Amino acid sequence: MPKLNSMFKKTTYITLSNRRQSIRQDALVTEKELNPAEVSEQPNVPEGLWKKCEKCGAILYDRDLEKNFYVCQECHHHQRISAWTRIEQIADAGSFEELDAVMEDRNPLDFPEYEGKLAAMRKSTGLNEGVIYGLCTIHGEQTVLAVMDSRFMMGSMGTIVGEKITRAIETATRLKLPVIIFTCSGGARMQEGILSLMQMAKTSAAVEAHGRAGLPYFTVITDPTTGGVTASFAMLGDVILAEPGVLIGFAGQRVIEQTIGQKLPEGFQRAEFMLEHGFIDKIVERKDLKQCLFQLIRAHRLVNKEA
Amino acid sequence: MEFTAWDRVRIARETDRPTSLYYIEHIFEDFMELHGDRNVKDDPAIVGGIGFLDGRPVTIIGQQKGRDLKEQGERNFGMPNPEGYRKALRLMKQAEKFRRPIVCFVDTSGAFCGIEAEERGQGEAIARNLMEMAGLTVPVLSIVIGEGGSGGALAMAVGNEVWCLENSVYSVLSPEGFAAILWKDGKRADEAAEVMKMTSEHLKALKVVDRVFAEPEPVHVDNGEALAEKMKQAMIEFFKRYDKMAPEAIAGERYERFRHF
Repeated sequence: MPKLNSMFKKTTYITLSNRRQSIRQDALVTEKELNPAEVSEQPNVPEGLWKKCEKCGAILYDRDLEKNFYVCQECHHHQRISAWTRIEQIADAGSFEELDAVMEDRNPLDFPEYEGKLAAMRKSTGLNEGVIYGLCTIHGEQTVLAVMDSRFMMGSMGTIVGEKITRAIETATRLKLPVIIFTCSGGARMQEGILSLMQMAKTSAAVEAHGRAGLPYFTVITDPTTGGVTASFAMLGDVILAEPGVLIGFAGQRVIEQTIGQKLPEGFQRAEFMLEHGFIDKIVERKDLKQCLFQLIRAHRLVNKEA
Repeated sequence: MEFTAWDRVRIARETDRPTSLYYIEHIFEDFMELHGDRNVKDDPAIVGGIGFLDGRPVTIIGQQKGRDLKEQGERNFGMPNPEGYRKALRLMKQAEKFRRPIVCFVDTSGAFCGIEAEERGQGEAIARNLMEMAGLTVPVLSIVIGEGGSGGALAMAVGNEVWCLENSVYSVLSPEGFAAILWKDGKRADEAAEVMKMTSEHLKALKVVDRVFAEPEPVHVDNGEALAEKMKQAMIEFFKRYDKMAPEAIAGERYERFRHF
């Protein structure tokens, strides 16, 4: 019965629902993932239906949390979310077309045990590397979108992350499109040493060329964004947005405390602090981000058309 | 001489190793220092100004560690604040306006980590230098003369070429910091220095630097003149290459240099 068979041949549905499920499970960086040793003796929250807020500890029903953009209903804390969840929230449904999804491993310094670590990260996160980029539309407006994922070695920037970010920006330059980058990163990828540092120059140079072509670049700072990513493409947006409460800084807080020998004030390096000191344009709640980005693209399109 | 990576880190940090001002005095004529970022203050950790290289006007910028304890304090041990990077950028833009080549001497353990540095946007200042330097249409030559520590060094090292000395080091982080992060033990810095590939031969092999100047014995203030002279001749030759190059081609060459990483 060929007809009947083809009726059930909607493989896309099956993969999609599978992926959605895995997205939901990966959506939050649970305390366990962050520090398995410390948490194992604390009471466990059952996986799946319920999630615990990272900040206030409130037990939240997963389905409600998803509807609320993974923002805690109790304390309003914006939970860390995976890159795929972010893309679902920002890109028009079905519009995201990933580019350079798989790039080969590099271990440029022959760093001991690095390949094994990368393989383990791939398996546990389902990601190829710490950033995903591609083309999509936002309320119909075409753009390049790159999203970093903190679950992959804290979103640290090695040669692959740097290369994907650079290609995202260069693709936008070539296609005369805006580029939007969601940043989150612990900084440079230690295992790739000096070559990680070179990614800062490479990505910043790509931003310069994109800007020289008269094209707009928007960054959205998410939690946490520090080190080499802050000191390169994160701080170079024509407009820099941040989610409420996120950590943004160059030096790590422990390093600063050790250097100056005193405790840091409450709220230091948070989005609100950075807004006050003039380094970001606007703090935007997660539920409003898509609309805000749409508005920015529209505003810059008009300018471009007149030029 | 056979040195371990950690030996070289220690040599690169020695107080009697020639600083930026030493090379400025020995290589250029009539150096005039220019001050300030035109925003909040002048950062003594970075010196900059105009001088002449064999008669050719050039802009020279260098991170300046102290030559004794007093100067080290005044110059914050060569760890710049954001205003230092903004001064450097101002002078680079000025050089571009008047078509002067730029020489940057890199010698810092890193950008300063402090409350005010963060409040004034250390990350933004470094990022902007990386971006603006990428687009400069005059030739930029960066020379790592001692320590090249992290983003704070890179913010003056987006050059058409990057040179270093045999006992210079250049790395993503200090070996102490690296060991503390990866192995939770800052005392394993000597081990870290080995795996980080931060010494001149590795940097050359990785194409992070284009040219290494030999140090028959570790250079210090009493024996540095020969090296300074060698550096001067190399610079004169280097900048001649750009005399007939179009401004966009000069920026394009720099873009390609960093694009392949």
